[in-house]
Amino acid sequence: MKKRSISEALFDIMNYMFLGVLCFSMLYPMIYVIFASLSDPIKIMAYRGPLLKPIDFSLKAYKLLLDYPMIWIGYRNTIIYVVLGTTINMLLTTIGGYVLSRKNLKLKNPIMFFIVFTMYFSGGMIPTYVVIESLGLVDTIWAMILPGAVSTMNLIIMRTGFQTVPESLEESARIDGANDWVILFKIMIPLTMPTIAVMILFYAVGHWNSFFNAILYLRKRELYPLQLVLREILIMSDTMYMQTGVSDAEDRLALTRLIKYAAIVVSTVPILCLYPFLQKYFVKGVLIGAIKE
Amino acid sequence: MKISNKTKVNFYDFIKDLKRNKNLYFMILPILLYYLVFHYIPMYGLQIAFKDFSPAKGIIGSPWVGLEKFKEFFVYDSFYVWRIIRNTILINVYDIVFGFPAPIIFALLLNEIKNSFYKRTLQTISYMPHFISTVVIVGIILDFFSRDGLVNYILKTLGIVKEPIAFMSEPGWFRPLYVGSGIWQNLGWGSIIYLAAISNIDSQLYEAAIIDGAGRLKQALYITLPGIMPTIIIMFILRVGSIMNVGFEKVFLMYNPLVYETADVISTYVYRKGLLEMDYGYGAAVGLFNSVVNFGFVILTNYISRKFTETSLW
Repeated sequence: MKKRSISEALFDIMNYMFLGVLCFSMLYPMIYVIFASLSDPIKIMAYRGPLLKPIDFSLKAYKLLLDYPMIWIGYRNTIIYVVLGTTINMLLTTIGGYVLSRKNLKLKNPIMFFIVFTMYFSGGMIPTYVVIESLGLVDTIWAMILPGAVSTMNLIIMRTGFQTVPESLEESARIDGANDWVILFKIMIPLTMPTIAVMILFYAVGHWNSFFNAILYLRKRELYPLQLVLREILIMSDTMYMQTGVSDAEDRLALTRLIKYAAIVVSTVPILCLYPFLQKYFVKGVLIGAIKE
Repeated sequence: MKISNKTKVNFYDFIKDLKRNKNLYFMILPILLYYLVFHYIPMYGLQIAFKDFSPAKGIIGSPWVGLEKFKEFFVYDSFYVWRIIRNTILINVYDIVFGFPAPIIFALLLNEIKNSFYKRTLQTISYMPHFISTVVIVGIILDFFSRDGLVNYILKTLGIVKEPIAFMSEPGWFRPLYVGSGIWQNLGWGSIIYLAAISNIDSQLYEAAIIDGAGRLKQALYITLPGIMPTIIIMFILRVGSIMNVGFEKVFLMYNPLVYETADVISTYVYRKGLLEMDYGYGAAVGLFNSVVNFGFVILTNYISRKFTETSLW
């Protein structure tokens, strides 16, 4: 290979630096929030500018936040929605994906059209609300689970995943007397574990972060998911009830900010902890679902 | 994603198939039921856009009022109508112009990084914001862009501004913040699909190009970019196809009455009018208008793309 020219070397240096700075700008807000949440309330109030470490390490914000019962209620509800929701999602998505991946099904194309059409046209927010309401789902946990029980995109990805399993495996299983349920659970699912893992991740993260359905369909505070509690704290700055013992106005303001930082950390860390373990599957999962027929 | 290959199904074949594949049809039943109840019944429910809907009388029992709700919308509220249509389209146009190419450029630049450890580190970091919830993202934006927040501090320190900018209450800043934070959040995640497409390009093409004396820039322009063009086009059709659907969630969390002028979009308006003010028929009418225009966009972009590039969704 010929020697690299100067302009190419220059490009490399610029490129390495540019992407490094770019990715740092994605990471730094999280670092800042973590450092700030661990700082002393009064000191952080007076401090302006970037943080490179917590100022006078203090866990006061976490203590106030975790003393607030709504955080725990939100956490509990979100865990229920994630576990129950993802279970139902995966049952329907694997079964649906399996059926739609079978070649010999006469009605496959009409059914596909029936499903895919909903990606392009929908009744919209109000008629959907009317349906959910008339089914009696408003203010029940099912309003958080049933309206999104299947994601069309994920269903298509799953179907494509099953299509990659060699047909001969299915045939030999059939000769041994296996029916569709056995083939799905004993052959298909074990062979498509990476895709399944991605689906679980997508659905679980979706449930963890979702607040749209909660805004529309939930009035009872005891059903609120974590994200709605967070919205009260972060967007509406509603933290006063956590600071009943704090009298000074300046202190209150400082604590409000600090509690926000702590709330961000507490709600985001679980997802970010899960993420490195599943990251290796992303590319595969996204690729399978993307362009292939 | 193509769903063509039409096969003719006659009734006799169908009964035979139903018997042979009864297990499969039984399995798919709950999924069909889900789509029927949560997608098709709401489409049927769209008729309340033409009715004076009252929950007590139900969808069928409410009296027809024809185009009354649309008239209310387009004639009496025309000030709001044009504002929400303009805002919806402008936010999308900005997002397509700035947001759509960003992951492609990022993928191309990342592809030029040869140190695999560095490359993987960059990738890992760049996917991360995608997994942070919208509520948290908006919470961070509100904090960083507040009058005494980090961004104003940096701008002031660098001498770019003298007085802190009120980002969140200035209508002119809503779109840049919305689109910019969207790029920040989705740059890395969006690039996955392009990186995957790049890795599928035949490496012999590059070898041949090197022999012909092509430098890195020429390789990127004449091999990599054309190689991922089908992926780009599909993603573009999908993006343009959802031009009337701005993510309700982020606008809803980010906006406040001070910036309605530039921030209020169709879905947030539907929410306020339809659900908060309980005018279901009106909300459904605005929503129907939105769905129809959006559907038109999908058909149109798909048609144009099929005609000129031979790449299409169907």
